[in-house]
Amino acid sequence: MTGQKLSRTVVVTSPQGLHVRSADLFVKMASRYQTEIEVVKDNLRVNGKSILDILMLAATEGTTLVLEAGGADAAEALEALAELIEQNFGEQNSSS
Amino acid sequence: MKFGDFVIREAVSASVAAEDKEGVIRELAQMLQKAGVLIPSEYESVVKAILKREELGSTGIGRGVAVPHTKHPGVERLVATVGVSRSGVDFNSLDGEKVQLLFLLISPPDRPGDHLRALENISRQLRDETFCKFLKQAKSPEEILQLLDEADGNQY
Repeated sequence: MTGQKLSRTVVVTSPQGLHVRSADLFVKMASRYQTEIEVVKDNLRVNGKSILDILMLAATEGTTLVLEAGGADAAEALEALAELIEQNFGEQNSSS
Repeated sequence: MKFGDFVIREAVSASVAAEDKEGVIRELAQMLQKAGVLIPSEYESVVKAILKREELGSTGIGRGVAVPHTKHPGVERLVATVGVSRSGVDFNSLDGEKVQLLFLLISPPDRPGDHLRALENISRQLRDETFCKFLKQAKSPEEILQLLDEADGNQY
């Protein structure tokens, strides 16, 4: 990683939490950026570009996540990913 | 959450016969029905819901693994089964690979946390390549269960 590491704290507000489809959307968006992205929940730190890693977070509604990135496009990446989580992945109370 | 908390032992299959996505989902749901955790009158509705969910995006999460699932009022608690397909099934996976290992999950709609904790367990265990490989090579339900039990035993 180059440059300073940036971080952004977000709270999962989707009632369904970060399930398979939202994890897929997250990873796809993260993968558009060059920077490495890590997601931290308590003591667990995972790769933001791996769906298996994201699913390991078991991020239910109300979970606080810290997104970290340090590459050239880190600021944009964090902004986009935080927005995705804050806007509930574009879901409207849909199940599964 | 451990495998033992949600995998129905009588429903696992080391010889999934169906070769397409819908067929595999039907076969695994049938196993849950035979094991008595999915009542026959809910079977069709559950299968349709799982297929509808697949239309939103494949649950083939990579590494030859898929987690077809639905939240459905037809079950009282989270239930799941494990299926191994020898030939592999085209699941439109996120990484394009055929799927050999399936975890089919049905959870009550009001328990999203249980669903996420089951996914957490599955994804954490599957990061272990040896475990993933051995499961895909399992030749009998007993072998699958033994591997799941060992994985459960290795947890704190």
